[in-house]
Amino acid sequence: MAKHTVIPFGPQHPVLPEPLHLDLVLEDERVVEAIPQVGFIHRGLEKLVEKRDFQTFVNITERICGICSFGHSLGYSQTIENLMGVEVPPRAEVLRVIWHELSRVHSHLLWLGLLADAFGFENLFMQCWRLRERILDIFERTTGGRVILSACNVGGVNQDITNEDLRGIVHILEGLVDEYNELVNTFLTDSSVANRLRGVGYLSKDQARDFCTVGPFARASGIAEDIRSYGYGGYGLLSAFEPVVAEEGDGYARCKVRALEVLQSIQIIKELVEKIPDGELSVRVKGSPVAGSVAVSRLEQPRGECFYYAKGNGSKYLSRFRIRTPTAQNVAGMVHTLQGCDFADVPLNILTIDPCISCTER
Amino acid sequence: MGSFRLTKMSLRNLGRKPATRPYPQQPARYTPRTKGHIVNNIELCILCSICQKRCPATALTVNKAQGTWTINPFSCVQCGTCVRVCPKKSLRMQPEYTAAAAQMHDCTLVKPEPALDGERSLGSERPQRSERLPGSERPQRKPRPERPSRIGC
Ligand code: SF4
Ligand code: SF4
Repeated sequence: MAKHTVIPFGPQHPVLPEPLHLDLVLEDERVVEAIPQVGFIHRGLEKLVEKRDFQTFVNITERICGICSFGHSLGYSQTIENLMGVEVPPRAEVLRVIWHELSRVHSHLLWLGLLADAFGFENLFMQCWRLRERILDIFERTTGGRVILSACNVGGVNQDITNEDLRGIVHILEGLVDEYNELVNTFLTDSSVANRLRGVGYLSKDQARDFCTVGPFARASGIAEDIRSYGYGGYGLLSAFEPVVAEEGDGYARCKVRALEVLQSIQIIKELVEKIPDGELSVRVKGSPVAGSVAVSRLEQPRGECFYYAKGNGSKYLSRFRIRTPTAQNVAGMVHTLQGCDFADVPLNILTIDPCISCTER
Repeated sequence: MGSFRLTKMSLRNLGRKPATRPYPQQPARYTPRTKGHIVNNIELCILCSICQKRCPATALTVNKAQGTWTINPFSCVQCGTCVRVCPKKSLRMQPEYTAAAAQMHDCTLVKPEPALDGERSLGSERPQRSERLPGSERPQRKPRPERPSRIGC
């Protein structure tokens, strides 16, 4: 039997975008076991819910993660609205979805760039991030922030986007699609990308289901599961929604799913801009959550399904708030894909699940 | 399958302007909604403390007895909640980012006294302080008026 070597990998490592630690047990150049460890950036944000009132806490949920910041504020607001039976105005619902889909576009462009960087295609990396800037500019123009938007509150949204600005956004996105299609063409038909990604980190459909994977990681293994297809919030206005699914289950399929989801999100924004109703932006939320009341909500974040739980105690502070993040779900599947892979493929393998450790640890 | 799919775009980019702006030679770009810093029109403020209660970063302190409104600009996270909840609309979000500072300091605004004339006690919001002469107990009326690098002052 070959000698086993343990290589500590992360939490700070040039190729790791996230503070995740792995003990890699190697047999020659092959990983036989990977033992993950998280807990380096735990901030206790869920506990803070006992110290900040439920309306103020939305600003804290936004700071859970810099990429899905809008998604977390939306998820939290939805949960509290369920808890208190608040009806959100339809225009606010649609504006939320537009910002959320823009977040998905910027998150996936960021990830595609990081992926290109990981396999050494610097030019592609720069082009992805160049396009992402335009989304951040839209955020800044519509909300005032590029990363932390502070646009969502319990009961609606804080800012309006005028119908004229919405058409302007669609115009920007149409310009972006032309250039983005060239990048998609590179990701999906360039042999250097395929050579590096095909067969890397294979996860079969059954394994993906057994490990309870979510989001693009699961969809790349053939599981057609996307919370958006249940039509929550503004998604109910869409005429049709089909999750983007690939069957191959490898890194290349994950790249394909995310690359095509960007186009799908842009399509969703275009359709909703056509259909956006006029009306109020926010309703006033009065009172406090009833003691013992419990509510949950689900949301499709860029990285997958995110689950929120809140419990009221009769005061303006919640007694419990909990988030189950997509990365927490996907780590088990990722560890499985690492077993048996080449040591050189480890960073690429970790990257293809798009881990977000800030969300996971909160 | 083939290679060099990106070549066309790369060649096109050779003739284009840079996508980034050369800061600081070219100034930063702001939008009207950019969240830069908070300013308070203290004349309108009624020191009701609603902003203090709703601030998620506990950056604001309102002292009604002393007539002061204080912001710690280094704690403020520019969420805009105070601007939204202020009943008098005395708070505003200005788009300019503020300069870095070597010292972290609070910034205190003092509410000016109502005019000392015969009608004061009728219209005064704080009759209990009607005996106070202007400036006698307060450090300054308008501290540090026009210092662009200070936030909220
Ligand atoms: S909420 Fe407005 S009026 Fe009240 S103390 Fe704050 S700034 Fe002054
Ligand atoms: S902008 Fe937000 S953090 Fe800053 S003072 Fe106002 S409420 Fe507090």
